[in-house]
Amino acid sequence: MEIERPALDARPYGRRTFLTLVAGGLTSLVWGPPVWGVARDVLLPVAGVLPPPLAGLIRSGWRIYSVTSIPHVDRSTWRLKIDGLVERPVELSYADLRAMPRAEQVTDFHCVTGWSVANVRWAGVRFRDLLAVARPLSTAQAVGFFSGDGAYSDSLTLDQTYLGDAMLAYEMDGKPLTRPHGAPARVVIPEMYGYKGVKWLNQITLLDQPFDGYWETRGYDRNAWIDHRA
Amino acid sequence: MPEGRKTYVHRFSRSERAVHWIHAAAFFVLLGSGLVLYLPSLAAIGNRAFVKDVHLYTAIAWALALLGVVLFGDRKGLRRTLSDLDGFDLDDRLWLQRHPTKQGRFNAGQKLNAAVTAAFAVLFAVSGILLWYGERDTRFRFAGTIVLHDGLMWISLVLLAGHLYLSLIYPRTRHALRGIVRGDVELQWAREHHPKWVQDVLASTQPSSEDKAEAQARG
Repeated sequence: MEIERPALDARPYGRRTFLTLVAGGLTSLVWGPPVWGVARDVLLPVAGVLPPPLAGLIRSGWRIYSVTSIPHVDRSTWRLKIDGLVERPVELSYADLRAMPRAEQVTDFHCVTGWSVANVRWAGVRFRDLLAVARPLSTAQAVGFFSGDGAYSDSLTLDQTYLGDAMLAYEMDGKPLTRPHGAPARVVIPEMYGYKGVKWLNQITLLDQPFDGYWETRGYDRNAWIDHRA
Repeated sequence: MPEGRKTYVHRFSRSERAVHWIHAAAFFVLLGSGLVLYLPSLAAIGNRAFVKDVHLYTAIAWALALLGVVLFGDRKGLRRTLSDLDGFDLDDRLWLQRHPTKQGRFNAGQKLNAAVTAAFAVLFAVSGILLWYGERDTRFRFAGTIVLHDGLMWISLVLLAGHLYLSLIYPRTRHALRGIVRGDVELQWAREHHPKWVQDVLASTQPSSEDKAEAQARG
């Protein structure tokens, strides 16, 4: 089929469309997040009529990240070990945890990869109350958190865990934590990015200094403070 | 001919069909694995590390397979198709303004769809590479990467729904599916939908080598 088409009037709209979209898409790395922020506010009222997965997407914006498959943890057999530089190593059951002074807060959740969830309602236990059970030694300056997934860990300084809005959470938005969100308990520290919030927590170890956690050995900052952006 | 008295006209070469089906197959695997990684309601399905590998290696296989078709396939034919898709003549431009003008091998809507699909493929690849590399070097971790990758996915779903409707359901157009599956379409259907192309085909006396090979293979 070697017929030359008499397409003298043909215009290269195909490549123009292609190049315009590629250019628009690449620059969206810059303008995308603020525009999506505005669009989400516009879409929010519509979310009610959409099917649940779509609505949840606009409304919540959670993405689930894990480094393994999501662990199954049975609340009735789950134990939280607190050990290391403590006077009295303990193992707490889920009931023990629920029996401790309950703290509640509404805070924003920011992920280092660029998404955020506003106004998350957490309930759990402040670290001061939790750690007091094991009586940290005066040499304890940091806290290591270990996930029941067997792979993930991270650490905070003891002072960071004592921030007024840091907690070990067992409820989110009025319901017990679900598996994807770290059931039965996860670390919440809203002033830092989400990767500091170890999920499926089953061990807390008091240490003399913090260590590099899973993502920090892969280049992330150990102190994941959120620079308070607009 | 087993098809009875109907006459068929060759529409898509093996290379063109390969490009289409590589892209389609990869899209569905990437969509499925991506949604499992992405939607909280699906997050508990399967072994996540495995799902992530499926997503990553499917993307690599997709790119390599397309490269393979370009390197070892009917490059001349692909280039001709590319230039076909690029040029919008007066009839195409009028067609986009809803005038029922005669269309060539691709109608103006198909040309636009091809341009959008190609641009999205590039953007999916770039944002995907940034997502992957940003885990390894945080200087390449941008807040906009996820917004772009997700946004492309949602728009692609809408376009895919339209594409599937026209190719599987809408009675006037769904015969086109045969072209991309078997390579040929009914002459009568082609005359209605792509009259300028049929004119060209009938006027041509020099079928390309691949056309010939396929004609022989079909007996």
